[in-house]
Amino acid sequence: METYKADVVIVGGGGAGLRAAIAVAETDPTLRIALVSKVYPMRSHTVAAEGGSAGVKQATDSLEYHFNDTVHGGDWLCEQDVVDYFVAHCTEELTQLEHWGCPWSRTPDGHVNVRAFGGMKIERTWFAADKTGFHMLHTLFQTSIKYPSIKRFDEHFCVDLIVEEGRVQGVVAIEIASGELTLVEARSVVIATGGAGRVFRENTNGGVVTGDGMALAYRHGVPLRDMEFVQYHPTCMPGTGLLFTEACRGEGGFLVNKDGYRYLQDYGLGPAEPTPRNKAMELGPRDRLSQAFWYEQQKGRTIEGLHGSVVHLDLRHLGEEKLRERLPQIYELAEQFMGVDPARAPIPVRPAVHYTMGGILVDGRCAAPLPGLYAAGECSSVGIHGANRLGSNSLSELLVFGKVAGVEAARFAKSVAPGNSASLLKQAQAVEQRISGLKTKTGGSERIATLRKEMAQTMEDGCGIYRLAETMQKTCDKLDELKARFKNVNLEDKSSVWNTEWLLAIELEYQLDVAQAMAYSAINRRESRGAHQRLDGFEARDDINFLQHSQAHYVAGAAPRIDYGPVKITKSQPGTRAYGAAGEKAEQERKASNV
Amino acid sequence: MSENQKVIEIEVLRYHPEKDKEPHKQVFEVPFTDDMSVLQGVQYIKDYLDGSLSFRWSCRMAICGSCGMMINGEPSLSCQTFLRDYYPARVRVEALSHFPIERDLVINMEGFIEKLESIQPYIIPKEPRTLAQGEYLQTPEQLNAYEQFSSCINCLLCYAACPQFGLNSSFIGPAATALLHRYNVDSRDGGKAERMELINSEEGVFNCTAVGYCSEVCPKHVDPANAVNQNKTNAAADYFLRFLAPKGGAK
Repeated sequence: METYKADVVIVGGGGAGLRAAIAVAETDPTLRIALVSKVYPMRSHTVAAEGGSAGVKQATDSLEYHFNDTVHGGDWLCEQDVVDYFVAHCTEELTQLEHWGCPWSRTPDGHVNVRAFGGMKIERTWFAADKTGFHMLHTLFQTSIKYPSIKRFDEHFCVDLIVEEGRVQGVVAIEIASGELTLVEARSVVIATGGAGRVFRENTNGGVVTGDGMALAYRHGVPLRDMEFVQYHPTCMPGTGLLFTEACRGEGGFLVNKDGYRYLQDYGLGPAEPTPRNKAMELGPRDRLSQAFWYEQQKGRTIEGLHGSVVHLDLRHLGEEKLRERLPQIYELAEQFMGVDPARAPIPVRPAVHYTMGGILVDGRCAAPLPGLYAAGECSSVGIHGANRLGSNSLSELLVFGKVAGVEAARFAKSVAPGNSASLLKQAQAVEQRISGLKTKTGGSERIATLRKEMAQTMEDGCGIYRLAETMQKTCDKLDELKARFKNVNLEDKSSVWNTEWLLAIELEYQLDVAQAMAYSAINRRESRGAHQRLDGFEARDDINFLQHSQAHYVAGAAPRIDYGPVKITKSQPGTRAYGAAGEKAEQERKASNV
Repeated sequence: MSENQKVIEIEVLRYHPEKDKEPHKQVFEVPFTDDMSVLQGVQYIKDYLDGSLSFRWSCRMAICGSCGMMINGEPSLSCQTFLRDYYPARVRVEALSHFPIERDLVINMEGFIEKLESIQPYIIPKEPRTLAQGEYLQTPEQLNAYEQFSSCINCLLCYAACPQFGLNSSFIGPAATALLHRYNVDSRDGGKAERMELINSEEGVFNCTAVGYCSEVCPKHVDPANAVNQNKTNAAADYFLRFLAPKGGAK
């Protein structure tokens, strides 16, 4: 087996991983950085983010407003000290990206422009048309080329962490082109592998979003925090789940039911006004909008389509010129994939799984409980999203906490001695044997695609927008069954070069672990908060028993063990989470009581 | 599967370096609906018919740039090409032209990555600025000058379309030239002189014979042919100016 000696290894080449790599390189150019990614970095799923990235920009805005929007939006399950750090560093990081060449959309006088987004009191979403993630990712990737200390391992698939003497000391990865394994030794490891949305059937995510890093950390004893909170984005393409950005509504789009009625006004988000008002109606938060869709469907006020019920995202009144300028990608997606010209007809949409709020437990400096291990981005739970993430906070998170993870991993690497190469190699060889065994074993009968589809279906059935103990239990049982059946999996492909069936099997095993953490965390949370909503006697938020983070602990061969950790409250006491006119009233009352 | 389910034949070019001397075709019968992409057809094959078929894909929405293939001989993103447009005839799927095949529909793209790295694809600031000084001002017109060239998703369809790249794989080619141009014309950048050395070299823009097929197949309207041609003019001016000014002083 090949060995590469690095100081810091970063797993994942999306926005957070690239930002972390640059941070290490800038902190200390003598540190050897290995950037391990299962795809070429510009293929990473950051590429698909559309609407924008939040950072206080306007004189009428403030860090306090961004803090309040984020904490209220998260239904008070946020680490408030971490949110404080986050909002204070977003703008600086977005400016850094501007200096690196990101083609932000501009105002006529040349300043970076901002747009409205759901749940945000003031317009603070920086955007590059509706391809913000694409431009951020390519800017970061291309900028990373400047730093000679970053050695990329493109199309290398990470299969395990190497832990010795109580700290992480490297990773093992498959070179996809050859099927050979490589040990990358390192004194610290940053996981930046993104979310796990592909465990659900209908989702906005790319095929790569399989929770790899979450599962790796989890199997080494690091808890996954708040995994029951999975975001449904309200406006997605039926069938494929492809995303129509929230910026459609930020620019003034309407959501209407089969009668052409802006139904959100019936769900505490009104009043309906002809132009968008921040934190009301279509600019409400994603959890509330997806929940409103569910109720409309129950009432029979949705439209039946080939791929289930839909409502209409109506952009016609914005006009073709504005749509082409502000939402060009959306325009083409609707035209090419659905045959809909959004300037002339409404777009049929339905909610789909979009984002995993939870992830690898880390502190405010991105450190996991396992020494030497750091995590940033969607795979991590640094604590800013709580029970529901606000749109445009996640791209900023990649930058702010990607940098923190890089700085901290560099500091840690310099504080410890390199490991014992012989004994690390011995561990890596054991990993190789296990991973290769999955490919070479014979006599199995289960098809990977079948297991994957059953997993995705049961997650949708049990852990969807609304949840019941009975269906969640069925999902837990089904996942147990699928894990048992996975042992009997059969690979048709026993070869080495570009054996993607082998990779899919390893990914499926990651996904089953992450799915279990989600389902068991969900059934144990006997309240409703943010994206976790129950209809079986636990419809209300329960701050007495559940103003706590869930933590799922891996138990080999059994269901995860769930326990709870405290939530850091600094200045915002849990209150009524309301939007629209009700939200404005609640805010006035809060202000009055603080006087 | 209902009785009136339509079935399309997908002919796939297979190649496995551990077993095959040369590529060969294999035909699969795939049930489909009118909204299914060619990528979904190929995924169906992998999921249900032959787990050993290898191809790259991820986003499914024409932005990650992974899933480029030759579809009936044309370089295309398989995620935004639809089976209904070929039915009832057979559709033919092959690895992108002009690249070495690693396996089945997977090409080796290391050569492109090296080109991309060689053009210094990052801002070399004209006037360095600290974060405390805030953003550079850039008007919508200045943004417009390079925005289209910044939209390249590195899908490599333009290389599969380029006859000159087919003849000479060291030619820098359409996408890398478009990216070079993107930085050269960015109002924040001052690195043009350094980058022009590559353009003037043997691998530079003069290899292009102005066929323009690269721009035709580009799924993102980057128009790399336009970037190449603008740089031919730039390179020609640069060529003559080098007799007048010291090296690097061609601006």
